[in-house]
Amino acid sequence: MAYRHLVGSRTHVFADLAILMAKATPVRSGDRLAGIAAESAEESVAARWCLAEVPLSEILAKPLIPYEIDDVTRLILDTHDQAAFAEIAHLTVGDFREFLLTASFETLARIAPAVTPEIAAAVSKIMRNQDLILVARKAQVVTKFRNTIGLPGTLAVRLQPNHPTDDARGITASILDGLSYGCGDAVIGINPASDSIRTLSSLLGLLDDVIQRLAIPTQSCVLTHVTTTLDAMNRGLPVDLVFQSIAGTQKANASFGVTLPILKEAHEAALALKRGPIGDNCMYFETGQGSALSADAHHGIDQQTLEARAYAVARVYRPLLVNTVVGFIGPEYLYDGKEIIRAGLEDHFCGKLMGVPLGVDVCYTNHAEADQDDMDTLLTLLGAAGCTYVMGVPGADDVMLNYQSTSFHDALYIREVLGLKRAPEFAAWLEEIGLTDGEGALLSGNAGTALLTAAPDLAA
Amino acid sequence: MSEDDLWKRLARLTPARIGLGRAGAGLPTREVLGFGLAHAQARDAVHTPMDAEAITTAIEALGLPVLAVASQAEDRATYLRRPDYGRRLASESRDRLTAAADGPVDLAIVVADGLSARAVHEGAAPMLAALKPLVDKAGWSLGPVIVSVQARVALGDEIGTLLKARAVAVLIGERPGLSSPDSLGLYLTFDPRPGRSDAERNCISNVRPAGLSHDLAAFKLHWLIAQAFSRGLSGVNLKDESDAALDAPPERASLPDTSV
Repeated sequence: MAYRHLVGSRTHVFADLAILMAKATPVRSGDRLAGIAAESAEESVAARWCLAEVPLSEILAKPLIPYEIDDVTRLILDTHDQAAFAEIAHLTVGDFREFLLTASFETLARIAPAVTPEIAAAVSKIMRNQDLILVARKAQVVTKFRNTIGLPGTLAVRLQPNHPTDDARGITASILDGLSYGCGDAVIGINPASDSIRTLSSLLGLLDDVIQRLAIPTQSCVLTHVTTTLDAMNRGLPVDLVFQSIAGTQKANASFGVTLPILKEAHEAALALKRGPIGDNCMYFETGQGSALSADAHHGIDQQTLEARAYAVARVYRPLLVNTVVGFIGPEYLYDGKEIIRAGLEDHFCGKLMGVPLGVDVCYTNHAEADQDDMDTLLTLLGAAGCTYVMGVPGADDVMLNYQSTSFHDALYIREVLGLKRAPEFAAWLEEIGLTDGEGALLSGNAGTALLTAAPDLAA
Repeated sequence: MSEDDLWKRLARLTPARIGLGRAGAGLPTREVLGFGLAHAQARDAVHTPMDAEAITTAIEALGLPVLAVASQAEDRATYLRRPDYGRRLASESRDRLTAAADGPVDLAIVVADGLSARAVHEGAAPMLAALKPLVDKAGWSLGPVIVSVQARVALGDEIGTLLKARAVAVLIGERPGLSSPDSLGLYLTFDPRPGRSDAERNCISNVRPAGLSHDLAAFKLHWLIAQAFSRGLSGVNLKDESDAALDAPPERASLPDTSV
């Protein structure tokens, strides 16, 4: 059945729900590249009017990708909480926006398992940035491993000490730098340049050693392919979190060399290690708009809706951390600062609405129309939105991945401006070793010496 | 050791920007401006138009004929949004190339702006100067060197087909990193034709004064071309073992790699 909306004397017709959702999406280069974006500003708003009138139950009843051909669709529908859905089943997308604006955090937690990615994406398309911030801020998603992530009023930071040749001393130097700024509560996570098991083994050992010697209440991760991490676990290497990049369609996941059964196997293996003393959230996923299109696996669906479907994949494995790498993919998917900012807020909102602990890699590449000012804007908005965590890269310059993310200094900035705290266990540790005062403010002057006093032979 | 000395020592262990110091929550002024300069240089590398005439003159001075072409992306903004346009020749360029094509050749060489015209301005002619004696010695026949604006790597597939080349080497400006705005990438594709995937190419990356030298890059490219011709393929199944050829006796280098 086609959807129609009348503007003056002109009738806009949208042949099906997928087309309607795509046309209702705030325009971005990736949807244009796919040939599914609205062709005029009026058409885009007409699609939003039309989408606002679609009942949530209709979205649930009309899978955008058929159940028979896509295991992500099957996962979404098979795990859908019908009882929780009863509370919102009678609403249209437009009603749902108003419901969310007035909902309490308890209500948001109750309906999260009833929110499919398509429902989250649909309502986000008719929301302004301030709506996305306001609702996401109310949603609370708390996870635990060696510390507690996602408490209200906190923002965690992934310490990202990458090195172009995985040099152990260079990585250790960056870790010490990050810790000295009070970063690393979300995870100390390395993107290795090499994906060999030998590299993985030495990096896992390095991280485990640093965390143990300094008794840091945080977790480690080497961001390599899930099958390599499975291999590492089988060899008895110290794996805290299992990492994998995921996407919103079966075919896109296949392009990453990953299937749902592989993720399940890795999740069970990590659970069996029982390495988290205060919680068992042991998965870490990364996502990003445009990944399905770049893998030619988008089924004519807009990139923002497909991104939300990746969160449905993440959700079933109860991850500690999930982040969208929002500006990494390049200008053919998100062209400029405006598109990156909008996408970052959408992704964060959709994840939180679905009950996923969403962080954002606030980032850009040098061929995107974006700069540090855009990143400052997005970081500030995400801080206001209660973002779970952001990245901490030395000087914002990732010398391995060749892109710019947020820095250790950026984390200090957002804490000072918005009063955001670290994960409580990590904050207590920083105070204990003398890096911060009781309020979490850095004590100046001797951070490196203090860390090396606690662990003298690091970076020897 | 003082705290300052400690960070100076640690900073030598990594190219990452560590030990920057801080002014409250912010960066020291010198670091803000230093970062700004690095980003400005990377941006300029992306947006400065390639000077095809100057490149042509420099390459012709090496004794190589040149033909200048363009992709279907008519400007930089289109190029960045539509990677598919950058992979196809503009129709007028295609006609000219078709007319210029002679009999089959061994190797087609394409010089492409990619994402850094600066890399091409500074590196393309020196790179070809280093490569030419190796090509001459091997006796490989060449078509005209094709200089293309608004080009992606895969444009070489169409060019290679039109020139009836056994292989195409694309010298292209790489996506600039914050500390590497001048990096040239070399992509080799055996039996080029439209639709080749990236897995069917070999890449030599980071060719620039502070990275891989032109001489070493030329040596590696020559080695890969020879291997591609003798094995009839390029890509993931052709592993770059040119290092071994540098160190070891020649017969060691010619052993086919069966480990992949």
